[in-house]
Amino acid sequence: MLAKRIIPCLDIKDGQTVKGINFENLKNAGNPLELAKKYVEEGADELVFLDITATIENRNTLIDLVKKIAATINIPFTVGGGIKNADDVARLLEAGADKISINSSAVQNPDLIDNLALRFGSQCVVLAVDTNFYDNQWFVYVKGGREITKLTTLDWIKEAENRGAGEILLTSMANDGTKKGFAYELTANISENIQIPVIASGGAGTKEHFLDIFTKGKADAALAASIFHFGEIPIPTLKKYLKEKGLVLR
Amino acid sequence: MKIVILKYNAGNTQSVIFALQRVGIDAILSDEPEILATADKIIFPGVGEASTAMQYLKSKNLDKLIPNFSQPVLGICLGMQLLGEYSEENNTKALGIFPTKVKKFPLVEGFKVPHIGWNNIEISDNILLKGIENQAFVYYVHSYYMEKSEFTIATTDYILPFSAAIQKNNFFATQFHPEKSADVGEKILYNFLNEI
Repeated sequence: MLAKRIIPCLDIKDGQTVKGINFENLKNAGNPLELAKKYVEEGADELVFLDITATIENRNTLIDLVKKIAATINIPFTVGGGIKNADDVARLLEAGADKISINSSAVQNPDLIDNLALRFGSQCVVLAVDTNFYDNQWFVYVKGGREITKLTTLDWIKEAENRGAGEILLTSMANDGTKKGFAYELTANISENIQIPVIASGGAGTKEHFLDIFTKGKADAALAASIFHFGEIPIPTLKKYLKEKGLVLR
Repeated sequence: MKIVILKYNAGNTQSVIFALQRVGIDAILSDEPEILATADKIIFPGVGEASTAMQYLKSKNLDKLIPNFSQPVLGICLGMQLLGEYSEENNTKALGIFPTKVKKFPLVEGFKVPHIGWNNIEISDNILLKGIENQAFVYYVHSYYMEKSEFTIATTDYILPFSAAIQKNNFFATQFHPEKSADVGEKILYNFLNEI
């Protein structure tokens, strides 16, 4: 049976792991390579690294970090943040990333999804979508959640699937950092309307939230950051709980 | 021991190089027939699209060379699929080392395609899988699968039972990614390097 995936996310700023609430108030959460190793030992199924500074001068720092991570860990990992074109992707994949995630640049230029899928394969193209509830609808936001777009979330995700995205990383900004649970209805609605896997993100605070996002939310994978970084829910405890509830986990 | 990773226009070679380093082997990447001929073992990795990959192999004459390799060969993911006879992915005639077909997963309610993530393998007694527990989890990412055959040495059931790993003479292959399958994958790579 295909296992549900637990994915710690490491937000990277200037080579360090940071975590904020609702995309703001960033707090240092440690050395990303050390954290990554710890998560692999604890049984994380994949890792996601999001470079949230992504200024040009810091790109090389990121590439160096990706090489170190790739040399060290033996599970798949995704790198995102500030990816603008196929050359950025080529550099990250050559450094050893298994997948890349794109967000704002895909909204600005949807052809980027087709190009990346064609050149590198859909399996490495993760479309990250930051979404919030506005005027009774879920809209896509860009620029780290600072800017609303005209795109409604399900329509954009379906378009991205048709263009060749391999997975969707769906972050509900309304839930992110609250620790009050994931966006269950939204995630279920997306997951039921597309063929590709959905990684749900934003709002994890308890073990029960993970159970709910896999059952009610129909997510294929669940991503969280602070509850793992600060040791609130150890991954082995979480996996044991979910297995006891009848879910398949590695 | 000289390990050569077959270089062609498909992804994940870097991941394989790193994984081999973790089990203590510095591999080289090459598509030169002379280098391949002197290799003790060859790894044929790959993620990507079948017809594009076959075109590249043909352009380098590797389609003639690969079936004649006499050293142990390990195909991974697309590398395994290309060892078959034919792939439905863009109607591609493959290398034909295994008399098997590669098909697209049918769309079935409740199953996502591509098949991405950790799934378990039902294993049979084979040197490549020595020391691996039955039903161990390995990491997959693929939309096409190789049908089961007499050469199947491990099976995964997703939508239908398919070949997770195969062997015929000196040719071994896995549909999953041992280079990304944590300790289980490292053990399989170790077996290929040290037990075969």
